[in-house]
Amino acid sequence: MAKYLLLKHYRGAPAPVNDVPMDQWSPDEISAHMQYMNDFAARLEKTGEFVDGQALAPEGAWVRYDGEGRPPVTDGPFAETKDLIAGWMIIDVDSYERAVELAGELSAAPGAGGKPIHEWLEVRPFYGVQPTITE
Amino acid sequence: MDEVLLRSLTPSVLTVLVRRGADFAAAEDAVQDALVEALRVWPADPPRDPKGWLVTVAWRKFLDAARADAARRRREDRVEEEPVAGPAPAVDDTLQLYFLCAHPSLTPASAVALTLRAVGGLTTRQIAEAYLVPEATMAQRISRAKRTVSGVRLDRPADVATVLRVLYLVFNEGYSGDVDLAAEAIRLTRQLAAAIDHPEVAGLLALMLLHHARRAARTAPDGSLVPLAEQDRGRWDTRLIADGVRILQAALARDRLGEFQAQAAIAALHADAPTADETDWVQIVEWYDELARLTDNPIVRLNRAVAVGEADGPRAGLAALAELDDSLPRHTAVAAHLHERDGDLAKAARLYTEAADKAPNLAERAHLTRQAARLNARR
Repeated sequence: MAKYLLLKHYRGAPAPVNDVPMDQWSPDEISAHMQYMNDFAARLEKTGEFVDGQALAPEGAWVRYDGEGRPPVTDGPFAETKDLIAGWMIIDVDSYERAVELAGELSAAPGAGGKPIHEWLEVRPFYGVQPTITE
Repeated sequence: MDEVLLRSLTPSVLTVLVRRGADFAAAEDAVQDALVEALRVWPADPPRDPKGWLVTVAWRKFLDAARADAARRRREDRVEEEPVAGPAPAVDDTLQLYFLCAHPSLTPASAVALTLRAVGGLTTRQIAEAYLVPEATMAQRISRAKRTVSGVRLDRPADVATVLRVLYLVFNEGYSGDVDLAAEAIRLTRQLAAAIDHPEVAGLLALMLLHHARRAARTAPDGSLVPLAEQDRGRWDTRLIADGVRILQAALARDRLGEFQAQAAIAALHADAPTADETDWVQIVEWYDELARLTDNPIVRLNRAVAVGEADGPRAGLAALAELDDSLPRHTAVAAHLHERDGDLAKAARLYTEAADKAPNLAERAHLTRQAARLNARR
């Protein structure tokens, strides 16, 4: 088993195929989308592959140390140029292929017109699993 | 095993140990050990006097711990010479514990954790689960809090307002894990109200009951928010509402108005309306005016703008809103709502989208996005 991080982006990722902002969907389409995400997580809990998942607010700031005795520097609320993470899910699966398969399913969440949004998700393996040593 | 009984006995047992000279942090550890022991022993051999049993066992645990600490041997000798008190007093002397756990030297997060642990008798794991942090993190938070207050004497209560603020923070956290924090906050506030005669304690209790009564109607089965006007009033808990109103009326009759009583009065007016349209908005605005006099909290004035919009029309609401700083949380959402009622759907939709981006949680974000989508679909 190995853990993978599935990252969903507000922006920074390539544009999804069904690229309509959420506020242009119908309320029912929004509900269907949320339901799909919840069902997906619930299903992975049942298969024992779910670890954690959280959604992040769209507003964020870059922060940097600015020298002794000075407050840290932030870039303020200028989010336009940032790659912004909308949320993540951590899964614990048997293989890289399984991680990609699940990310593909998550990317098929319904959007405008009830059609899959085909959004790009990032799949990143966790460090920490020691390679198996064989003589 | 009656876990609720155990939890309700925790604070008074702790108080007894501290009165006998135990350091707060050591006493708290000893009480937790005694609770674990009780869970093990009581099912087979229930004690006749549960509190006396807990005091005896906790005191022994405390002495064991003190004895195990070689560096403290001298103090241990002194402690052992002290006579062990007889039966624990029947009077509830846990009041001071509330004040200690809400001590101003603690951060709000620490005060909340310590209150749930020492007064509420919850385990560290339960508190960690409720606040969605690892148990080790919560254990550190609690032990740091215990260290902070360990030099503070359990004597004269300070400001009731700090205790009420901590209880309100617990209530607002909602629930997750196996502890319902809103119900826990109500239990602790009821206990406090029984121990102290103060109209604001009653006001807070009434406010919690009136909010809690509407909880089932506040979310749809899929977890999405249901606004007050659209809630199924048949699902409100009328018993809790009646309880809250009765407690509030008794408090108001004493003519020492405070902010919790005023907030509870507003909640009571909402709870009292058979339909959303029959809400007495004029009286609600008057209570917001009282509330604004009692506190200079800008959130109060934001809520007042909503009420003015209902009582005197959306234009009046927008005028009230214009006097407020637009960086206030939910300011944009309120503006969107008032513009929608005023018929400017394009502007309302744009503002709902903007408000969604600033929403503090996912349910609210989804709700505001749906509002924008609803208006965009209509145009």
